[in-house]
Amino acid sequence: MNDLSPAAVAFKPADYRSAVKPVWCPGCGDHSVLLATQRALAELQLPPEQVAVVSGIGCSSRLPAYLNTYGFHGVHGRALPVATGLKTARPDLTVLVASGDGDGFSIGGNHFLHACRRNVDLTYIVMDNRIYGMTKGQPSPTTEPDFDTAISPGGTGLSPFHPLVVALASGANFIARAFTGDVGGCTKMIVEAIKTPGFSFVHILSPCVTFRDDQQKAWKKLARGAMVEETDDPERAARRLMTDDGFNVGVLYRGKREPYRPRLTGGDPVEALEAEFAQ
Amino acid sequence: MTPSANRSLSIALTGSGGAGVMTAGQTLLDAAAKAGFFGLMTRSTGPQIRGGEAAALIRLADHPVQSPGDRFDILLAIDFENLQRFAAELPLDADSLIVADEAAGEPPEFLVKSGAQIARLPIAKLAKSIPGARASMIALGALAALIGLPESALIEAVAASIGRKKPEALEASEKAIRLGAERAPQASVPRLNPPLGSGAARWSITGNEATGYGAIRGGVRFVGGYPITPATEILEYMASALPQCGGVLLQAEDELASINMVIGASYGGSPSLTATAGPGLSLMIESLGLAVAAEVPLVVVDVMRSGPSTGIATKSEQSDLNIAVYGLHGDAPHVVTAPLSVLDCLKTAQWSTHLAESLQTPVIMLSDQSLGQARIVVDRPDAVEFPTRRLVPAGPIEGYQRYASTENGVSPMALPGQEGGQYTADGLTHNAKGVPSSQAQDHIGQLDKRQRKLDAFDFGDYWADVEGEGELAILTWGSSSEPAREAIEAATAFGIKVKRVALRLVSPPQPERLAAALEGVKRVLVLEQSHSGQFWRYLRAFYDLPAGAQSIARPGPLPIRPAEILEQIRKWGTA
Repeated sequence: MNDLSPAAVAFKPADYRSAVKPVWCPGCGDHSVLLATQRALAELQLPPEQVAVVSGIGCSSRLPAYLNTYGFHGVHGRALPVATGLKTARPDLTVLVASGDGDGFSIGGNHFLHACRRNVDLTYIVMDNRIYGMTKGQPSPTTEPDFDTAISPGGTGLSPFHPLVVALASGANFIARAFTGDVGGCTKMIVEAIKTPGFSFVHILSPCVTFRDDQQKAWKKLARGAMVEETDDPERAARRLMTDDGFNVGVLYRGKREPYRPRLTGGDPVEALEAEFAQ
Repeated sequence: MTPSANRSLSIALTGSGGAGVMTAGQTLLDAAAKAGFFGLMTRSTGPQIRGGEAAALIRLADHPVQSPGDRFDILLAIDFENLQRFAAELPLDADSLIVADEAAGEPPEFLVKSGAQIARLPIAKLAKSIPGARASMIALGALAALIGLPESALIEAVAASIGRKKPEALEASEKAIRLGAERAPQASVPRLNPPLGSGAARWSITGNEATGYGAIRGGVRFVGGYPITPATEILEYMASALPQCGGVLLQAEDELASINMVIGASYGGSPSLTATAGPGLSLMIESLGLAVAAEVPLVVVDVMRSGPSTGIATKSEQSDLNIAVYGLHGDAPHVVTAPLSVLDCLKTAQWSTHLAESLQTPVIMLSDQSLGQARIVVDRPDAVEFPTRRLVPAGPIEGYQRYASTENGVSPMALPGQEGGQYTADGLTHNAKGVPSSQAQDHIGQLDKRQRKLDAFDFGDYWADVEGEGELAILTWGSSSEPAREAIEAATAFGIKVKRVALRLVSPPQPERLAAALEGVKRVLVLEQSHSGQFWRYLRAFYDLPAGAQSIARPGPLPIRPAEILEQIRKWGTA
């Protein structure tokens, strides 16, 4: 790219889209997350080849293939470790992680805690529809206790998981929520997450139109901008998140923790390591 | 006694927790190294985190040794507490000498039964006579005098380990060593032959360190790992070694994370490794299948221990062969290697990295506790180089197909940052571009492509060590290879010639190479340390062995000793 004039280098949202057609149902919230991700990358003018999007398994995890960035579609629940390894080895890249409520909070739950704690500079986008869609309608950790499914007749009777509270307690440096009914809001949250150093968690309410047809209309009414100012005080954020009904959108916490950045500077010849073996 | 035993001495130092036998063993090995001897030290410990019974098992020789001997010449017991637990691990006989503390009380039954001579020394009492001295230093002084190791070498080794910063401690140790030597019991034990100067610089290195260093030589710059016995020392070594050459180690939250961190780093272009043991390998298996499907190079070092389940975490066994070869679901071509000695951990780790990078597939390297946690004193090995590296697209990329079907199956792997190389690596069945597909032609095409990588690759001479001539052969792998070597050397004294074929490349099988190696061989003895004969069964599945091939397969935790192999060889030799 020799021509560096703004017109020549400007990336448009469409430049981040691959030719692969999504498997998602028409109306699925994940379409909006894809669009918001494209718009966020365009807003930040990140060259597509400098971005890697990592995912696990589930509807949401199909996202990387629909982008014209580098992508990694791994096994169920392990997107965060893949992204952690990638970003540690390649700090020059912008690394996003796409996940869902099953992939991220159930099978991958332990990695969520430790990714927050490790605070590697990643953006973790979780599309939460409170259901396992790909396996056709089983309860996830965020499903309401009385939601009736074939595998949980009459509901699970279990308290839903509070991902934002867990993220804060585990040390995430940036916590935000968005709703797919507002693509602009999703875009803004993703942009802020990428811009904030350290582990950034964006919880996106992304309705399932097939197995949760109760969600889309109801969430449109419930989702609202958080009435309070953004905070960097974990105590305030904790109170706010503990009383949160799950529908406040916006930046809910932005901390000041230094991200984990390994020192990749040592340039000794390998043979220098032999000194310690010499007798 | 094997004929070579008079050129080496086996010494066991035992004691209960806090007696310092491991430190003493290390000091003895260091001192022997300074005096020009070769050596091997293995550790035997109970399950206790700290304390409990411990034994440092040392073999000193005038020539390189990497196998345990058949028996112990000397057992130095600082006390007799819990010693009975080591009975099976300490073969002693009437020619052995036991040196024990005067105050140690009655010797355990197995010592008495062995018929070994017992010499008493007031170890603890003498130590008390010197302020700040440790009983183990008195014992070492006595031992040095018995076997003809110069006191000066011992003092030099102590100085190197405790440093010059603590002159009082050093002085106390020196006094204790001299006093121990002075008061050494009068007993006839074989003395060490003066070492033959090879002129080469010597190394003191453990198998786990050699693995770490070999991997770094091979290009590894990222390690994700989770602590597990007996592999942790690889991670500890690499945690400090990697930053010196621009690499990094991350301690993961579990093995599921460590293998996926490794996959992520390697996807980003950094040759990557994790080290674990059986339980960790079990957890990593799903993701290893991902690395096969997504064609991400990586090395998993499995330092095997007795299984299944938690098994005996501190004891060796070669019983992870099945999981390493067959553990992945689906048809998942990958590579399994095994180091053939403590020192060979270095080259095999380097080679494994080379294979992973060249073939863009996972390599599982099966080391084990007996190799990883053993320390050897050897001549500095010659450096080896493997020129091939990961195939990455060069120049401007157009119409990129990450999983393009090539003649040898290996397709250029674009690295993030390369413009035009964007693709999504996928564990889903995909087409040449990496786009998910459930089409039969894509599934079969990609299975063929991945298999072709292994089929078309020339693994070269490094697939096995083939030595010697004869109509008899021992066919073995991994850590059983060194005891086999010693048994074969010993057999020559009986006029029996035996060939040794030790596989460094466990999988994929190399039937043509093995057939050539076994040309003219009439009888084959298959040797391994597993209960169910995993190696034997694997060979039977993929290779034509001569009729009458026999299996010696037995589990850990006891090491395979040359004598038991020699016994079988001699039966043949006289048949």
